[in-house]
Amino acid sequence: MNDTRPVGVTGRFEIDIASKIYRGADGAEVLAIRDFRLEIEPESMTVLMGPSGCGKTTFLRILAGLDHDFSGSLDMPEEARIGFMFQEPRLLPWRTVRRNIELVADPGFTDEDLLQLAEALNIADKLTVYPGELSLGLARRAALARAFATRPDLLLLDEPFVSLDEPTADRLRRLLLEVWSARPTTAVMVTHNPREAVMLADKLVLLAPRPTRVVEIISIDTPQAERDPAAIEAIYAELLQRYPENFAGL
Amino acid sequence: MIAQPNRDAKSGSRRAWAASLISFLVFVGIWYVAAAVADSRLLPGPVEVVEYTVDEAIHGPLLSELGITLWRVAASFVVAMVIGCVIGIILGQSPKLNRLFDPWLIVLLNLPALVIIILAYVWFGLTEAAAIGAVALNKIPNVIVTLREGARALDPGLDEMARAYRMPPMERLRHVVLPQLQPYIAAASRTGLSLIWKIVLVVELLGRPNGVGFELHLNFQLFNVTAILGYTLAFITVMLAIEFFLVQPFERYTTRWRNRPV
Repeated sequence: MNDTRPVGVTGRFEIDIASKIYRGADGAEVLAIRDFRLEIEPESMTVLMGPSGCGKTTFLRILAGLDHDFSGSLDMPEEARIGFMFQEPRLLPWRTVRRNIELVADPGFTDEDLLQLAEALNIADKLTVYPGELSLGLARRAALARAFATRPDLLLLDEPFVSLDEPTADRLRRLLLEVWSARPTTAVMVTHNPREAVMLADKLVLLAPRPTRVVEIISIDTPQAERDPAAIEAIYAELLQRYPENFAGL
Repeated sequence: MIAQPNRDAKSGSRRAWAASLISFLVFVGIWYVAAAVADSRLLPGPVEVVEYTVDEAIHGPLLSELGITLWRVAASFVVAMVIGCVIGIILGQSPKLNRLFDPWLIVLLNLPALVIIILAYVWFGLTEAAAIGAVALNKIPNVIVTLREGARALDPGLDEMARAYRMPPMERLRHVVLPQLQPYIAAASRTGLSLIWKIVLVVELLGRPNGVGFELHLNFQLFNVTAILGYTLAFITVMLAIEFFLVQPFERYTTRWRNRPV
């Protein structure tokens, strides 16, 4: 059906999903993804944007190697290490935040690295507590720390800032950018928030609803560090004019 | 004022202790009075029984018999828990295998303990292995049913997380699967221990030349009720000690992450 073959050292990811079929509980088949082709540049932030329930999570699960039941091909570096930030934090409630991070961390990731990362994300004082004692915002930071601690070849972010109040979400986006810029990583993020997409993306991929396919790939050339609120609004307004169906009403 | 709930909890547990103690003393009191009124060899009082137990421990075989029985309890318990957990987890994860083996499980669950013990002795002889195997086999279906429930309730989100992060299988078992099964394992071992030590006595009574069950049988034939109650007292004391000093502290340790305020 599909083949996942390593492509040497370029660190490029080439995704070509001809089709992905879902079997519903009633046995009916649903075409979730069709002719999805995407190339991901190393050390870039690719943001996929589309309406809710359009198969974005399915796509991330295929990229992470959690779902092999599709037809098409996936070219990625051999034994790519994955860092995955899910919609919910998915921390192990019976392990402290520190253990949660250490359990999946890269072997070369030292205690000092951990402390540095925790300080950058403002959770250094939470390392010894259990996840049940954290607010959602703090738990998301811990999950982000865990994802970076693996030193991933590919960082996957599945709507990591939903159900947070806007100031908290905004602070977290800035923290993500900070940590990400300190150690550039190939990242793919999924969101349905257009302003978030404009703030973070190097490449913005617009998706059509089910069956999911690529409508347009937009490069945003302004470096993320230079995108102040005014710049973000400007880019957003421009895109809203060019792609009204994709940016309005989302 | 922040310490208030804590102090309340402490005095609450002290009150619970006092209530248990009073209830225990009332029980001993009733026993004492009943024995005094009956004034019969067939109902010895608490003092007599304790005296017998101490004397039998110092001069008699009580301690060695107790040791042998405890060893059988431990061996059957370990065998039943290991086999039951493995099969339970497999059946919980695979609906296909579960459908296949569910009828076997129902038969085994409803097979009387005595039948299993008799058949084990008939088929495998009056041996230690037959005795321990028979006890374990009585407990295994219970463990399977409990752990099957636990394996069905495993969080698929955490499993996906572990797979995405490429956690090795042993790490996944230790950090992701077993902590989720902990309450089920605790429930299975709690009921397991109480079931097993009762059945071990029957096994000893029917076909072993030593152990507490053998002594009970011997003293039953001699109509020595003091000895029967003495051995029972010693055995119950040991099982309570195991519950309070091993099972409960271990449970507190494994659920420590749950006891903290959110």
